[in-house]
Amino acid sequence: MLRIECPCCGLRDHEEFRYGGDASVTRPAHDDPDPQAWYAYVYLRANPAGPHREFWQHVIGCRQWLVVERDTRNHAIASVELARKLAPRKSLARKSPA
Amino acid sequence: MSRYSAFSIFRNALSGQKNWQRAWRAAEPKPSYDVIVIGGGGHGLATAFYLAENHGIRNVAVLEKGYIGGGNVGRNTTVIRSNYLLDGNTQFYEFSMKLWENMSRALNFNVMFSQRGQLVTAHSADQLDGFSHRANIMRLNGIDADILDRDEVRQLVPYLDFSDTARFPIHGAIFQGRAGTARHDAVAWGYARAADGHGVDIIQNCEVTGFLRDGDSIVGVETTKGRIGAGKVGLAVAGHTSVLGAKAGLELPIESHVLQAFVTEPLKPLVDHVVAYGADHFYVSQSDKGGLVFGGNLDGYNSYAQRGNLGVVREVAEAAIALMPCISRVRLLRHWGGVMDMTPDASPIICLTPIEGLLLNGGWCYGGFKATPASGWCFAHTIATGKPHPLIAAYGLDRFRTGRTLDEAGAGPSAWLQ
Repeated sequence: MLRIECPCCGLRDHEEFRYGGDASVTRPAHDDPDPQAWYAYVYLRANPAGPHREFWQHVIGCRQWLVVERDTRNHAIASVELARKLAPRKSLARKSPA
Repeated sequence: MSRYSAFSIFRNALSGQKNWQRAWRAAEPKPSYDVIVIGGGGHGLATAFYLAENHGIRNVAVLEKGYIGGGNVGRNTTVIRSNYLLDGNTQFYEFSMKLWENMSRALNFNVMFSQRGQLVTAHSADQLDGFSHRANIMRLNGIDADILDRDEVRQLVPYLDFSDTARFPIHGAIFQGRAGTARHDAVAWGYARAADGHGVDIIQNCEVTGFLRDGDSIVGVETTKGRIGAGKVGLAVAGHTSVLGAKAGLELPIESHVLQAFVTEPLKPLVDHVVAYGADHFYVSQSDKGGLVFGGNLDGYNSYAQRGNLGVVREVAEAAIALMPCISRVRLLRHWGGVMDMTPDASPIICLTPIEGLLLNGGWCYGGFKATPASGWCFAHTIATGKPHPLIAAYGLDRFRTGRTLDEAGAGPSAWLQ
């Protein structure tokens, strides 16, 4: 059983959370026409055997999205951060003004 | 390789059963091979066997980082079926079924293939309609399929919950009579022995740590037993495809997830078929030793740990008891985890790669065991001829880029939701 130290709620069982997958992928700009960029965002994953940054949402709790760094070989959790406190990803900005 | 037969048992009885040969040699690597298959699981061994058997390519090595039968080929729940809906899958898995039906004879090794039939319960009229659609597609492809109503299901499997208090009442089922199980270790051993009989070197405790290159081409591998040259390298390491793919420079649409399997204490014969629960993720069969072998959902987050968490044990047990209340007091003997390559559409990837000299066979999700013979057959063809076998035309790596995914469950592109 994983236990995740939620910054709002403290140490909680992972079953209170929803898994959100690889947090290292960045969403292309909304109007990015390059299919390769979307292919990479939707499908390609580094899938490391080792430290993995991943999203978890505390659905049965504060409902915050977290970025957890966890070792996929032994589930040791190195860090937990609020996803919204991380630097806003540039990719969310539009390439051209809307 | 001496043939196994009733006569050979008799002959060896005369010398006290002490003179049996090893089933395969303990080979050490040669400096180079025509083909190296990385991964000595069912798929890798089958590939090596069919390279020799169908294509006459016998200068082949299978490199296994652990021991034969220690990976996913020995960790699955041994179910074999060909009840797939989508073109590409339907034909591929039926071809596999046909190879299963002749496998013990082809390998001269009893894989204990038991066509006991598999049924999936339907819990609403709509679900039964969906199953009828699937059964029709199977029949159009020459595959046996039957739709059973509630009374027929009750006659077949009376131990399921047919009471008025069932959480999800059973409306009917889809049934494939030719589906069943096989002894998974015997499949690994049988392919290993038959491949070895054709001169294939099976090299255990030999982990591939890198690739040898000549320009952009791959011309061999680096291993814990030294460098080995190869004309072509076939990757069949499902579970760890991303790890080796990254070493070769492949970017892959794969995540590794853990799937648990369970076996109970031995019981008297109870479950005569393979039964899958249509209202949740649970399926069960009974082994020859009497244990109920069952499985359920993925643990749900990336993992290479080969062990699962207890939350899933509870979920699977809940589903089991909802379908079969009679086993609520049965004790669990063992449970274990296997690492799966999960693809975004839950279908496999077998293809040539953009890297010259490297071919890929992976992404088996949790359906790899039933595919073992067809996967080996088609992968061997692809390696030998340099062209994808027609049956794996739909399993190319480029299908994600081009939007031709084979998403049997309709679950969308999140690997852990498949």
